[in-house]
Amino acid sequence: MEWINVIVQGILLGGLYALFAAGLSLMFGVMRFINIAHGDFIVVAAYLLLVMVMTLGLPPVVGIGMVVILMSAVGYLGQRILLNRVLDEDILPPVLVTFGLSIIIQNSLLEAFSADSQRVPSGNFATASLTFNDELAIGVLPLAMFLAAVGVIGVLQFIFFRTALGRLLRATSDDPEIIPLMGANNSHVFAIATALASAVVAVAGTMLAMKTNFDPTIGPSRLLFAFEAVIIGGMGNIWGTLAGGIILGVAQTIGAQIDAGYQILAGHLAFLAVLIVRPMGLFAKAKG
Amino acid sequence: MKSLSQTAMDRQSKVQRLALIGVAIIGFVALASAPLWAGRADLRLLMEALSFLALAQMWNLLAGYTGLISVGQQAYVGLGGYFFFALAMFTAVPVLLAIPLAALAAGLVAIPTAWIAFRLQGAYFAIGTWVIAEVFRLIAAQFPALGGGSGISLPVALVRSIASSRSGIELVMYYMAFFIALTSILSVWVLLRSRWGLALTAIRDSEPAAASLGVNIRRVKFMVYVGTAVGTALTGAFIFLQKLRITPEAAFSVTEWSAFVIFIVVIGGLGTIEGPIIGVILFFLLRDLAADLGTWYLIGLGALAIAVMLIDRRGIWGAFKARGFPNLFVTQRTLN
Amino acid sequence: MTKLLETQDLTAHYGDFQALFGIDLSVEEGETIAIIGSNGAGKSTFLRAVTGMRPATGQNITYDGQQIAGMTADRIHHLGLAMVPEGRRLFSSLSVEENLKIGAAGKRTGPWNLDEVFKLFPALLERRRHGGTELSGGQQQMVAIGRALMSNPRLLLCDEISLGLAPKIIREIYAAVPLIRERGTSLVVIEQDIAQALRVANRVYCFQEGRVSLTGQPSELSRDAIAKAYFGTEDS
Repeated sequence: MEWINVIVQGILLGGLYALFAAGLSLMFGVMRFINIAHGDFIVVAAYLLLVMVMTLGLPPVVGIGMVVILMSAVGYLGQRILLNRVLDEDILPPVLVTFGLSIIIQNSLLEAFSADSQRVPSGNFATASLTFNDELAIGVLPLAMFLAAVGVIGVLQFIFFRTALGRLLRATSDDPEIIPLMGANNSHVFAIATALASAVVAVAGTMLAMKTNFDPTIGPSRLLFAFEAVIIGGMGNIWGTLAGGIILGVAQTIGAQIDAGYQILAGHLAFLAVLIVRPMGLFAKAKG
Repeated sequence: MKSLSQTAMDRQSKVQRLALIGVAIIGFVALASAPLWAGRADLRLLMEALSFLALAQMWNLLAGYTGLISVGQQAYVGLGGYFFFALAMFTAVPVLLAIPLAALAAGLVAIPTAWIAFRLQGAYFAIGTWVIAEVFRLIAAQFPALGGGSGISLPVALVRSIASSRSGIELVMYYMAFFIALTSILSVWVLLRSRWGLALTAIRDSEPAAASLGVNIRRVKFMVYVGTAVGTALTGAFIFLQKLRITPEAAFSVTEWSAFVIFIVVIGGLGTIEGPIIGVILFFLLRDLAADLGTWYLIGLGALAIAVMLIDRRGIWGAFKARGFPNLFVTQRTLN
Repeated sequence: MTKLLETQDLTAHYGDFQALFGIDLSVEEGETIAIIGSNGAGKSTFLRAVTGMRPATGQNITYDGQQIAGMTADRIHHLGLAMVPEGRRLFSSLSVEENLKIGAAGKRTGPWNLDEVFKLFPALLERRRHGGTELSGGQQQMVAIGRALMSNPRLLLCDEISLGLAPKIIREIYAAVPLIRERGTSLVVIEQDIAQALRVANRVYCFQEGRVSLTGQPSELSRDAIAKAYFGTEDS
């Protein structure tokens, strides 16, 4: 019965990983752009919430809203001003630029906040839980986060498949060269995609801030989790990314149950297993 | 019949080339004779620089010619280091022999690793190699005999077995570094001048065209991946011999063995043999100048990498070459 | 009267290679212009320069009196120029209907909307939910044309719409041209199918190795003259 608890915790953790993954795969899907600083942006969001709640004294919900707005704006501007200049057939410039950004962000955070581990308190939420029977207890906060993650992914799915903007984003991922012939400005479309991805990253980062301890150096490992969730779930499929996140989360919690030191490794091994058996991912959409 | 200006340009090019060769010969002699004129601290610095040069040449071969952008070469630096420590500490293999053997062992691991990694393309391949490096790191941390998570130091007796005196040990180690760096440059150069080199250059210029000419792209990439893994592991084994201590975090550090190496190659000039040389010199100059600045040094480095990408992607040497500067290491056959 | 489109001495280079050597071409409102010429003559390059798909700064391209050389392609599109690109270039992730709708991203008003396009090409109506690239070549061409029409252009530029299609299908597609003209859109068609081009055009331009080798009304042009202009050799 203990294992049911483990799996449930894994599923809830998976929601967070799915959010990490959604932002990454959004940018890659639309722009073929892999952002090595993706995990570091998640950590930035966490620190922003920390500042809003601890320094400015705002309630967490307001703080989250502000972080989302702020990071979306920064994402839009950053794409238009900097990242659009390095978009290319060649993947090396984006790799190098975002690698540089990653190092700049980590070290700037270290300067500003020191290497101390931090966490954003969430008041009563943190300890409240729903008990189902003797072995199964679900924390209210983790459950709320999981539902929020599913909600965000649902919103993304809606945007992509039921709005004109989403149509434009999907078309841009198919054939960016023709997009100006449709009267759309590529710079703007790419920047919107980044703004959306940044909003998702902001939600993910603020959730991270309330869920676990964080410090300036955990960005890269979040990137790897995001990446693994994308690969496991399959590329080109937003709900598949949710599945990928959940599978990764469950693999990790099972690994942790066997031995605390095996948590991350178990996730990596699950990723490798999927890569060996089904490199396109478990729920990949075949492109026409 | 060449025009007057063409002849003048040729002459200028010849003069430039001679000057380059002159500089290279001076540099080579200086490095070859370093133990004669350099102090202990300088020798250590040179060994470190030579190690980075070898790593940079390997990454340049991988990324600049096969287009395999890897952010996971630290996997082989770490593997080289750990295999070396394991061989040196737990087998009867002499310390110096353990280094190349460790490299070969890492090469064997690279074979199935390549098969797995090649299931990903482009940017996903890049991050996939990073994940693989992390797997190696976590596995390495599982072995108590090698220090587990906190690492282990090389037993003094093993170090002493290299040579009879302290200066003797340093002499041997210096020439190991020198030899490894020299081998990396020469092997890349010889490879590029060979038939294989033509295939690599073809792949770099246009994969579809190369494939239609009968180049077995997958096989070439595979062999280059495994070959550079061996070269990287060889350097890694030496690096940790020099450090005398290995920890999973240091062995598999993405910042040290990927970020810095990539910066060196790209700032110096990707796809050229001279580029990494310039990159290493610049990198160590900067490090020396900014030594006290800690995090600000790293921030500056990141900013520099971004600036180079925005200003001129070909890097310093690439920019020179575009202005007609001749090659030091000639790898192309020109049609006259 | 201002010409709808006019280029004067248009040149184009791909690196060191010169593709166009001073093209003078004009389109009056209401006209259908055909551009013929063998592969590599520069026809597509010309269209790409006009639509802003390739750099044209410093050139002389006027649309309705306004200088458009150097403008971005999306701005030119908003002015009322739409292109049906070579090879159709439908969006594979989008359905037929979505491909059409995305053509209307601009805010121009006019006779064309989703219903009108389906009336023009009824074969598309029953396939509206299919993936854009699941259709036959001819149907994809219809979608591509419809997509361009959705922006209610004043000038429609078509790059080789008959490429790879059976003659019957080509005729079917060209049967739509009169209706498009009737509703106020002028046309420039690049055509490999010379007979079709002559049938549908008010005036013809023949490109040969980057230059206009012949121009005139179809009735004025003899077969020999066209062959010579097309291939650049004397027809014996």
